[in-house]
Amino acid sequence: MRMKSTLLVIAALSSALFSTATVFASEVNIYSARQEELIKPLLDNFSRDTGIKVNLITGKPDELISRLASEGRNSPADLLISTDVGRLYRAKTQGVLQSIESEALTSAIPEQLRDPAGQWYGLTMRARPIMYVPGKVKPEELSTYADLADPKWRGRICIRSSDNIYNQSMVAGLIAHEGAAAAEQWVKGLVANFARPPRGGDRDQISAAANGVCDIAIANTYYLGGMLASAEQRATAEQVKVFWPDQDGNGAHVNISGAGVAAYAPNKVNAVRLLEYMVSEQAQQWYAEANHEYPVVAGVQASDLLQNMGEFKADKLNLDKLGELNGEAIRVMDRAGWR
Amino acid sequence: MLPLKADIWRWSVLIPALLLAMPVLVVFGSVFSPDIEVWRHLRQTVLADYIINSLLLAFGTGAGALIIGTSTAWLVSQYQFIGRRVLQWLLLLPLAMPAYIIAYTYTGMLDFAGPVQGWLRDYFGWVYGDYWFPEIRSLSGAILMLSLVLYPYVYMLARSAFREQSSSMLEASRTLGFCPRQHFWKVALPLARPALLTGVALAMMEAFADYGTVQYFGIATFTTGIFRTWFGMGSQGGAAQLAALLSSFVLVLLVLEQWSRRKIRYFFQGQRQQISPLRKLPLSRQMLVALICLLPVLLGFIVPASQLASWALPNWPTLFTIDFGRLIWNSFSLAALAAVLSVMLALLFGYASRLRRDPLVRLPVRLAALGYAIPGTVIAIGVMIPLAWLDRNIDLLAEQWFDIRTGLLLSGTLFALLLAYSVRFLAVSLHSVEAGLERIKPSMDNAARSLGAGPLQVLRRVHVPLLRGSVLTALMLVFVDVLKELPATLILRPFNFNTLAVRTYELASDERLADAALPALAIVCVSIIPVILLSRTLDASRGS
Repeated sequence: MRMKSTLLVIAALSSALFSTATVFASEVNIYSARQEELIKPLLDNFSRDTGIKVNLITGKPDELISRLASEGRNSPADLLISTDVGRLYRAKTQGVLQSIESEALTSAIPEQLRDPAGQWYGLTMRARPIMYVPGKVKPEELSTYADLADPKWRGRICIRSSDNIYNQSMVAGLIAHEGAAAAEQWVKGLVANFARPPRGGDRDQISAAANGVCDIAIANTYYLGGMLASAEQRATAEQVKVFWPDQDGNGAHVNISGAGVAAYAPNKVNAVRLLEYMVSEQAQQWYAEANHEYPVVAGVQASDLLQNMGEFKADKLNLDKLGELNGEAIRVMDRAGWR
Repeated sequence: MLPLKADIWRWSVLIPALLLAMPVLVVFGSVFSPDIEVWRHLRQTVLADYIINSLLLAFGTGAGALIIGTSTAWLVSQYQFIGRRVLQWLLLLPLAMPAYIIAYTYTGMLDFAGPVQGWLRDYFGWVYGDYWFPEIRSLSGAILMLSLVLYPYVYMLARSAFREQSSSMLEASRTLGFCPRQHFWKVALPLARPALLTGVALAMMEAFADYGTVQYFGIATFTTGIFRTWFGMGSQGGAAQLAALLSSFVLVLLVLEQWSRRKIRYFFQGQRQQISPLRKLPLSRQMLVALICLLPVLLGFIVPASQLASWALPNWPTLFTIDFGRLIWNSFSLAALAAVLSVMLALLFGYASRLRRDPLVRLPVRLAALGYAIPGTVIAIGVMIPLAWLDRNIDLLAEQWFDIRTGLLLSGTLFALLLAYSVRFLAVSLHSVEAGLERIKPSMDNAARSLGAGPLQVLRRVHVPLLRGSVLTALMLVFVDVLKELPATLILRPFNFNTLAVRTYELASDERLADAALPALAIVCVSIIPVILLSRTLDASRGS
């Protein structure tokens, strides 16, 4: 009896000292891999409209997933927000998410941009098209991703390292459509056409193309958008144009940023409410535009800046497949020598 | 003789030592569930690259830090020249510059699209391919970046070592007919060797653990490989195998360093002897020497800091927002807390190994000190797993006994964060404190005791004054390291708790280097304070 009460005192003391997970009646806890600046204003609006307090930790997606997994059923997290479907898929396979059934979500978000089991939902969409330098490349010369392995592009292509998940997902998409052997062949051809060993991020590829290092860069649309919107980089970004590949075939490679409700969410109802809030028209507009991404909800207009890049047909492959094939994609790239 | 007392010592050390060794053990532990298929794939494709690049990076950085640190320390400690007094602390400033930030700034300046090459092209009318320009984002670029910010470890220790060499040493080598150059190579350098090697070992461990720079430069090393294998291929076993292999390299390094330091006992005379006066130089030589000493400061601090400042300029009003003040306060208090904790642990372990040469105590301490060479994320996850396990079991017990849920008591709190810092930076504080303790020969304790001083009095009147310098050094080094630390902070911090490093990362990760400049600059500025204090400590302990 005495030991029990001693333990109780110790537990109470240590929780007073160290625990920050105080339970309020109405709050929602978020682990976010999307940076604070691109999400906080939306969350503040949500709090104002609903009176639900939002607590936030941002971090790298894989580490947040590990944190969720190790915290297990004690985790305070209600919602995991992440970029790239590859990460959401990892979260799903590690069992840190739960399935959510919500008419509001399923009717708003196109089928290929959400998990078939309802564990994750895409909230914004980004594409990974070809960006070319007019004057060095005629748009007629461009056609498909597959064509980029053609020897006519020798020494003319800039793309970042295969460490990056955007490239991993892109290759995973190719494996889904064409099989691993064809994908490896393609990667070999692409690597042979690199203008330089991969280095830097997507913006670096765009500015390398603009400065004459290469004629073609492969980068995500929002990086180009971000550059076009910034005073210092606009002039650089204006020197490249977007080409939408595979428009007669599978369509351009797309990916999402999205979210899923944590498996042991203590405030599940609030988390679902927040998710549904995020697909409302007004939220979609802001959330997508903040990072120059495409809204996922039909009828919500993309920003002018994105519309200037042109309409395109997106790949209809369910993105879940990209997550499933991520490990395979890395092996293919390792074997084909894409550093 | 006093088994009970001995046990208290042993347990009071063993428990924290094991706690600190736990994350490293967790990492090693997964080696026993190896992922053979992944390992085979790695061996066939990229493992050789990882090994070669990591070794080149560590040895290159070690050599770079050794050359810059030793030469500047020698000049500053031996010669009188213009600006010496200022330069001797300016040379410490690159310590305040996180490696990933210096990498960002130099890339911004020297990259193909950057101002330097742009200017060259405009001026000479060149286009891409017309000319050769060193590629900053390469292995040699990474070695240069890391050498520039890590040489102060060598400089700091070398400077004290050179100053402590008495003038009688110089006179002795003169009588042997050595010219100053021979004196340096044959007497001063060998005598300073243990200090130099300690500095080099710290720099090399940092290089092994570096993730930010190599990842940005696209170099395949162990650290980038660990992430790729763990998260990309979903193989925790494969990643742990890589981490264990990396750690075994470091273990060899540490054993070598320890072995070389064993001899330090013979080197120290125990009491301070007359310090040789600084040698005067003709004016032209003075300028040359000043220039040599200015160069690392310029490249490792002034140039990147100015670049940051020019990027940050348009954003400076943000500096005065409450939010930014909070970031600074969070960073500062966290770093201070971690520094105090880390030094207390180092003192505990240092005294324990001094008083009890007990392998049972030494082993976990050595294991925990390996944390310095393991990437912060791996340590963080090593902290997370056992703490979560503990939380889970406390929660289950509490539920069974009292029908209450305790939830997460330790995970996601400052405790977890401080534990991770302690593991990650124990090597730094331990090295300083042990070096200080080694100077206090047991005969001094005996002498004091024979003069009638009690144990506490010996501590207060002999140890505290003699250790002051090393302890302050350790405090400042850990403080600066924690301030710059990113991966563990990012993943272990509590809700709504941001620091400067976190803010910098968020902006830089989105490739918005210019916006990241302001918080980055703030890290540098906050770090300067302890670096200056550190310099004064070094001066004071020199007794001049």
